[in-house]
This record gives sequence, C-alpha cells and structure tokens, in this order.
Amino acid sequence: MDTVRRFTRFVAGSLRLVLNGPKTYWTWLIFLLALIVSGAMAYASQFTSGLIVTSMRDQVSWGFYIGNFTFLVGVAAAAVVLVIPAYVYNWKPIREIVIYGELLAVSAIIMCMLFVLVDIGRPDRLWHLIPPLGTLNFPRSILAWDMIVLNLYFVVNLAVVTHILYRAFHGRPYAKRLVVPLVLLSIPMAVGIHTVTAFLYNGLASRPYWNSSILAPQFLASAFCSGPAILLIVLQLLRRFTRFELQEQAIWKIAELMAYAMFLNLFLHGAEAFKEYYSATEHLLYTRYWYSGLGEHRTLVPYAWSAVALNITAFALFIVPAARRNPLALNLGCLATYAGCYIEKGMGLIIPGLTPDTLGEIYEYVPSMTELRVAAGVFALGFLVFTLMLKVAVPITLGEFQGETAEEYGHDRIAAPRAAASGTSWRPASG
Amino acid sequence: MDSDEVTPEESGKAMTRRQFGSVAAAAAAGFLLTACGPRRLREMPKDRLRRALADLEREYSTKYGTKVTVSGAGPMPGVVFAYALDLSRCIGCRRCVYACVAENNQSRDPQIQWIRVLQMDKDKGVDFTHADPYYQPAEVPEEGHFYVPVSCQQCRNAPCAKTCPTGATWIEPDGIVAIDYDWCIGCRCCMAACPYGARHFNWGEPSIPKGDLNPHMHILGNRPRPKGVVEKCTFCIQRTRAGRYPACVEVCPVGARKFGNLLDPDSEIRYIIEHKRVLVLKEELNTMPKFFYFYAT
Repeated sequence: MDTVRRFTRFVAGSLRLVLNGPKTYWTWLIFLLALIVSGAMAYASQFTSGLIVTSMRDQVSWGFYIGNFTFLVGVAAAAVVLVIPAYVYNWKPIREIVIYGELLAVSAIIMCMLFVLVDIGRPDRLWHLIPPLGTLNFPRSILAWDMIVLNLYFVVNLAVVTHILYRAFHGRPYAKRLVVPLVLLSIPMAVGIHTVTAFLYNGLASRPYWNSSILAPQFLASAFCSGPAILLIVLQLLRRFTRFELQEQAIWKIAELMAYAMFLNLFLHGAEAFKEYYSATEHLLYTRYWYSGLGEHRTLVPYAWSAVALNITAFALFIVPAARRNPLALNLGCLATYAGCYIEKGMGLIIPGLTPDTLGEIYEYVPSMTELRVAAGVFALGFLVFTLMLKVAVPITLGEFQGETAEEYGHDRIAAPRAAASGTSWRPASG
Repeated sequence: MDSDEVTPEESGKAMTRRQFGSVAAAAAAGFLLTACGPRRLREMPKDRLRRALADLEREYSTKYGTKVTVSGAGPMPGVVFAYALDLSRCIGCRRCVYACVAENNQSRDPQIQWIRVLQMDKDKGVDFTHADPYYQPAEVPEEGHFYVPVSCQQCRNAPCAKTCPTGATWIEPDGIVAIDYDWCIGCRCCMAACPYGARHFNWGEPSIPKGDLNPHMHILGNRPRPKGVVEKCTFCIQRTRAGRYPACVEVCPVGARKFGNLLDPDSEIRYIIEHKRVLVLKEELNTMPKFFYFYAT
C-alpha cells in the first residue's frame, strides 16, 4: 500500500507540475495542440478515403511518412552519443544530461511508431504483427526485426528514465545494478535500431540507390549529427528558462563529436557519389535524379544542394574550436545540421530510391497537404510528450520537486537539498 | 511428483464456483481465439475455409446482386505453372490488359491494371530506362518499336514474400505467389522489394460497376479487394486451378502468350524453354521468375 501511496503522490505531483507554467509554456502547448488537431483531422480524412489523399502511388509507394520515420529513428539512436562518453569514459559534464537524451529517444520512438501507423494501409490490422494472435515473419522480414528492436529500445529507455526520476523524486539514489547494465545495453541497441532500419532499404536488390553497403554506416553518421543537434538547442533553452545548469565544456564536447560524425557523413556521401558517377552504370539514374534531375524532372534538385550546403556549413562551424564556442555560431551549426540531415533523410532517401520506378517510369512525388499536416501533427505530438516529460524531469533532477517521503530515506540520500539543486540528486547509490 | 497430485475431493474444495467461472471463461476465450479468431488463409483448417467461402459468396452476391461463386481450390499435385511470352509476336495492342481487368475484377476507379505493356525502341533492346508505358498511337505496332508486357513474374526466389512482415504473401506449391487480402496490413514493403512493378496498392476504395463483375472467383485471386491492401497477377488462379488458360493467354490475338505445367516434359512451356531463345527480366537479381520471354522467330 505504501508503494501505491507513493506512486499516487508522484503522479499527482507530476500532474500539478504539468498544469502549471508560465505564459510561454502555455503558448507552446496550445501551438502544439493546434498542430495535433489539424493533423488528426487530416488523418481522419486519410483513414476514410484511403492513402489516395497522399501523393504516393504505385510508382513511389513510400514517401514523406517513411522518410520522417527514418530520420526519427536516427534521432532516437543519437542518445547514445551522450551515453558513450558519460558511462564508458565517466565524463561527468555529459553524464548530467544523459537523461535528457534518453527522454528525447523515448519521444522520438513514439513519433517513429506513429509515422509507421499513419503510413500503413490497414492500421486496424496492426495486431496481425503481434504473435500469438498475429504472425510475425521473423527472421526473414526486416520490418519484423525493426518492430522488435524499436519496441525493445523504447522499453529500455523508458524503464531507465522512469526509474531514475521516480527514485530521485523520493530522494533515493537510483539502483546502479539496474541502470548501468540497461544503459550499457542501450548503446549497442541504438546502433542496432538504426542499422536494422537501414537494412530495411539496403536489402532490396530492386532499388539500386539503397542496395549499397554504405547505407547503414551513413545512416549512423547522419544520426549522430542530427540527434545531438536537437538536444543542444533544447538544453540551452532549459538553461535559459529553468535553474538547470549546463557546463560549457559539455556543449563544446558534444559539438566536437558532432563535427566528427558530420565529417564521416560527408565522407560516406562523397564515397557513394564517386562510385556512382565514376562507374556511371545504369544505376546512376537515381543519384542523378537527386543531384541534377532527369530531363525536366528536377523537383528534388534544390533540396539536394541545400542539404549539401547545410551539412558542409555545419561541419565548418563545429570543427573550428573558436566557432563552436561562440553561442551564435554553435546554434547556427545546430540548425544547419538538423535541417541538412532532415532534408537528406526526409526527401533524399526514400524518393530518389523509388524514382524512376523499377520499370523506368518517372513519377514526380511531392508530399500532399494531407501528408504535411499529418506529419506536422505527429511531430507536434512527439514534442508535446517531450515537453511534458521535461516539465516533470527537470525539477526532479534539480531537486526542486520531491515527495515528502524523501525524509524516510534520509540516511540513504547522497545529496543534501542544497547540493541537489545543482542537479546531483540522481547520482547512483554507491560512491 | 507426488505433491503435485490432487485428489478429486481436494480439488473440489480448492476451486470455488467463482474460480471455476474464471477458469472456464479463460479456457473458452482461448478456444475461441485459436479456433474461431481471425486466421491467415494459409493456415486455415478445411472446415473453416469452407465456411469462409460460403460467407464470402453470400456477401458478394448481396453486394453485387448476382450469383457469385468463390472457389478455394488448392494446388494440383505435380503441377508448377509457368508462362512464356513471345516478344517477336507481341504487337502492343493491350487486349491482355483489359481482359485481365475484366477477368480479375480490378478496380475501375481508381484504375488498377496488373499488366503493364512497355513500348521499347528496337535499337535499344530491352531497356527500362527508355521504356514508354503510355504510348497512344492510332495503330500498333509502331515502326522501330517492340513491346514488353510485364506483370507478376511469379518468382521462385520472391523478394516480396521475403519482406512481408506478416506472412500475408507467399509461394503456393504450384508456384503461384499468393496474397491473403484479409491479412495484408498495407505496409507496402513488398512493393518496394518487387523489381518488376508488379504489385499494386488499393490507394482508395476499389470500385467495380455491378454489371462488370466476374462472378467466378477464387479466394486467393479475383474476389473484390478491400481498400488499403496490395494485389497482383495470380496467373488467373480461379481459371488455372480449374484446368483453364489465363484470360490473357486466351485473348491474345497473335498467340504470343503461352502457359503450362513446368513439370510436364510434353508441355508447350517445356518445348519453348528447351528449343527457343529464352530470357527472364533482371536475371542478375536472382529472383528466378517462372515468367519467361522468348523470340520464336
């Protein structure tokens, strides 16, 4: 009964936190809710009329939804960039922000699942994937693998953050024996979810643009830029609007890691472009459709070159130490990284992979209004979840929000209330 | 093991009426789920399949106002179907396309066609990059061109069946790549995987005018499809499993289309493979089609 009482107090306290906030908080929430409502209405029409309200057709059978799904798997995987130095090398400044990376991963996976849900033709039959009622074509189907690893990754991250926050709320240190193995497990899993997602396309010999062994490494490289880019901006916002403290070294270190990842991303793209253009086989068509267009079909060309320009800009800003230490340049770099990787995955992966189609037809796909509205709604829902989780998590980690029961564990607490304010209350039990 | 044994007397005491009720309910639910719950056609027991067929016949008969039969005929032993198309004869008239639409109850609006006829340049050979599926001359064949009709190649190493996450598409023992329209979730992995553009998605609610319905159906073939699932050529399973030719073979005015049993050494299809210059599309992908193209002259 004690546990139940403590848990209700946690939930009630969290609700109070979520329902109280300054004007900017409410404006943000209302903005997100408006997007969600618009997305839900667009989805309702798609649900009744079918996917015919999208621009997808037999020639280009996947589009904007699956592109966004792929991008967000990368964002979810990127929490690992923070986890590796924090836990493996015990680099403290980053360790304190790992939990936000994991919250981002949880929100990103929710968005991934929603993008798959809105893309499939029969969402009412989703349970066909879930044994024992359904049948999962495992291990042959890569989508089956993807469903499994994404769900596992979601559960692992959710378990870790819930445990840490719940314990911190009650002023108790988290159980190191539970958290450390799970966090260490999440490192190979993060690499795993993005690799499996790449294999989803990579394994299709019918699509030469995807059927290249460089695809999975390239996915990882771009994910390790775009995920931290979002996080850096979020953390700076938190620092501005809450008492959350963030050491400059942590930001600089993450920016440095992003520079290496971006270099790798650009290098792999270059290697792929060389192979395609120099050998100039019939498979060059798809790469040409992306970078220079085929005849009068040039819809994607501006996207291609803006992605290249943004990625190179981001690399230049992050590799020069003086630039990444300048707040303006740092944030411009983050925005450039995010936009560059988003265009590269959202527009540059799926569409050129399917254009021209397997029989040589060029159908120029551009997402329809319905697709844009649904996608905006999914993003808004993900950001809403992320916002609400942060609204609870930040005060807990700052030690501003704790249950009264905390006193019962007085002797266990490793941090006095004042020390807790600097974000140390959720340190592990030992030490 | 002794301790596990429970005498009837003890079990009577141990189980109250309420407990018995919940156990019975759970057992009943379990039975219902496994016996009556939705199931893939592929795993459906015979008696359930018979009931399902009867239900479908009633449903379609009422909906389209005509007597509909839905067959569940299985594969014939010793038969593997194969197809051959004579590229030197095909004139690109597209009669096969429309015969297929009529026979297989493809949606008229939005339009779905299982056969796609590609016009190619004689000086370029079989080259998809320069193929034109939308040719509209007053008369075919056009000078300097030849025609390659493409539909499902019924691969032995089918990428579509491999990628399907729910096992809703598979290769039947007679070689037909089948789709369970009631099990497909519409994820379209198979469409991305198919190298021949053979798979078509019901982007909208399919529609067939009442009078145009072909009432002779097969559960894995030409029965009306729901919105949001994938469909494709089934070698006219409703005809071929009943010993008839596919509709496209019958309608072809120049006799370019040949069909038969790959396992029968005396069949026309075996004669063609053994005596003519035969090719398969995108051989390098190792899909091993059972749809062959050949030059008879």
